[in-house]
Amino acid sequence: MSAADTTTPAKVPPPRQAPPPPPKDRRPRGQRTSGGASAPWLLLAPCLLILALVMGYPLARLVTLSFQKFGQSQLWGFQPAETVGFDNFAKVLGDGEFWAVVLRTVVFAAGAVVFTMVIGMALALLLQRVSGWLKMLINIVLVASWGMPVIVATTVFKWLFDSDYGVFNALLSKLPGVEMIGHNWFASGPEGLAVIMLLVIWGAVPFVVITLSAGLTQVPKELEEAARLDGAGSWGVFRYVTLPVLKPIIVMLTTLSVIWDMGVFPQVFVMRNGHPEPEFQVLNTYSYDRAFVVNDYAQGSAIALITVLLLLGVVAVYMRQMLKIGEVE
Amino acid sequence: MSTLAGAGRRKSRLGWNLLGLLVFVVAGFPLYWMLNTAFKPAKDAIDSDPSLLPTGITFDNFGRALDIADFWGPVGRSLVVSLAVVVIGMVVGLLAALAISRFAFRGRKIVIVGILAVQMVPLVAMIIPVFLLLNDLGQYDRLTGLIITYLTFILPFTVWTLRGFIVNIPKELEEAAMVDGCSRTGAFLRVVFPLLAPGMVATSVYGFIQAWNEYLYALMLLSQKNQTATVWLGNFTTKHGTEYAPMMAGATMMAVPIVALFLLVQRKMAAGLTAGAVKG
Repeated sequence: MSAADTTTPAKVPPPRQAPPPPPKDRRPRGQRTSGGASAPWLLLAPCLLILALVMGYPLARLVTLSFQKFGQSQLWGFQPAETVGFDNFAKVLGDGEFWAVVLRTVVFAAGAVVFTMVIGMALALLLQRVSGWLKMLINIVLVASWGMPVIVATTVFKWLFDSDYGVFNALLSKLPGVEMIGHNWFASGPEGLAVIMLLVIWGAVPFVVITLSAGLTQVPKELEEAARLDGAGSWGVFRYVTLPVLKPIIVMLTTLSVIWDMGVFPQVFVMRNGHPEPEFQVLNTYSYDRAFVVNDYAQGSAIALITVLLLLGVVAVYMRQMLKIGEVE
Repeated sequence: MSTLAGAGRRKSRLGWNLLGLLVFVVAGFPLYWMLNTAFKPAKDAIDSDPSLLPTGITFDNFGRALDIADFWGPVGRSLVVSLAVVVIGMVVGLLAALAISRFAFRGRKIVIVGILAVQMVPLVAMIIPVFLLLNDLGQYDRLTGLIITYLTFILPFTVWTLRGFIVNIPKELEEAAMVDGCSRTGAFLRVVFPLLAPGMVATSVYGFIQAWNEYLYALMLLSQKNQTATVWLGNFTTKHGTEYAPMMAGATMMAVPIVALFLLVQRKMAAGLTAGAVKG
C-alpha cells in the first residue's frame, strides 16, 4: 500500500469514543456494573482492531472494487485501477446468465431450506417417540454427520453417486425394471444439483434436529395436556402449542439455513472438480468464476456485493431474533 | 381397559422404532460406506454390484493414499493454522466477550449488532478483496496470511459463543466475591473463570474444527506446495477421481479425529447455542 508512511492509526477507527476521562475521583457509583467507562472499550480494542483490519478493510475494498475496472493488468500493477461508476453492475445485471444463476441459487436454497426444516422437525418429533437406546444411536449418527468436514462429506457423496461403481446406482438397479448402472447424475444440471442439495440437506439436518429437540424439551407438558383436554388432536397440539413455543428457534434456524444455503460453495466446487459447468453455477461459484477464472476481479466483486445485498433482509430478521433473545437474558 | 391401551401404545412405539431404525440406517449410510470402502480391498471397490457388507479388512488403501501425495505436511500446516487461530481468537475474544456481557456502556448494542452482522458476511464475498489485500501485504502463500484471514470468522464466533456462556454465570457470584474484598479482576479469575473453563474448552474445540475444515481460503491463499489438509483431500478428489478406495481412506483419516472431537464437545455447544432461545 502506498499509504505505508502515513500514520497507521488513521486507518483504523479509534477504539473508543473518548467519553469523560477515566475516573480517578472516587465519586459514589450508582451502577456498580457499569464499571469504569473506558474499561469495556479497552477490553474490546484488540477485537475491534483485528476486525477492522480483516473485515472492515476488505469489505470497504469489496465496495470500491466493484466500482472499478480491475483485471489482470491492474492486479500486477501494470495499469492503475480506474473508477468506472456503475459499469460493472450494469454489465452484471444486463447479463441473462446472471439472472439464470440468481434463479438457480434461489430455487436451490429454497428447496434445501424447506427440506432441511421439514425433515429436521419430523426427526425431532420422531426422536421423542422412539425408545431410549434408538434415540441414542440416532443422535450419535446425527452428531457424527454434523461434525463431518464438508470436504469429506462431498467426497463421500461423490463416491456414493459415481456413475459406474457408485453404490446408489447399484442399489437402484436392484429394484425390478430399473437399470441405473452407468447413469451419470452430473450429466444434467438439475439432476446434479439435486444430488448436491441432498448433500447439503444431509449435512444441515443434524443441527436442526438437535436444536429443535432441545427446544421441544421446553414445551410445557401442561399446555399440551390442556390442549388435548380441549379436544385437540396430535396435529392440533403441534400446530397450536408446539409450533408457537418453538417459533423463535424456528425463525433462527430458518434464517441461518437461508444464509448458509444461499452461500454453498465447496459442495458445488469440489463435486464438479473445481470447474463447475455453466448449468451448475450458483451465485458464489459464479462470482468466483468471474474473478479468478475470467480474471475480472471487479465484476466478481459486484456479484459478491449483490449477493450480500440479497441476503440483507434475511440477515435483518435473524439479527432481530438474536437481539430479542439477548434482551431477555 | 388399561392393558388394552398399554398394548396400543406399545404397538405404536414399535412403529416409531421401525421408522427410527430406517432413519438411523439412511442417515448413517454415507458414514458407513466411507469406512466400508476405506477398509475393503481396492479391487472390491471397483465392482458395479458392490457387497453391502465388509468383504475383508485391509490397510492398503491408507498406504496408497499416503503415497499419492504428501499427507503429513498438509496436516501439520492445518494444525499450525488452526491452533494459532484458536489461541488468538480465544484471548482476544474472551476480552471482548467480557466487555459486552459484563459491562453496561454506551455503544454496547452497536458493538453487539456489529459482531453479529460480521458473522453473516459470506466468506466467498470476502475472498476477492482478501486475496488482493494479502497480495499487497506480501502475505500470499504464507501461513500467517491464512491465520489472519481465518480470524474473520473465528473471532466473531468466539465472542458470540463465549458471551453466551458468560451471561449464564450469575452476576451475583462475582458481586459476592467483590463484597468479600476481591477486586474485579480477582473476582473474575477466582469465580467466573473456573465456571467458564468448560465453555472455553468447548468453544476452542469448535473453533478449531471450523478452522480445520475451511476450504476456500486455504485453496485460494496458499499455493499447491503449501496446501492444507482440506485442500489435500479436495485435490485428491479432483485429480485421482478413479481411485475411490484410497480416496475414502484419505477421507476417513480426515474425518475420524474431527468427528471424535466434535462428539466430545457437541453437547456443551448445543446447550450454549440454544441457551435462552426458548425464552424469547
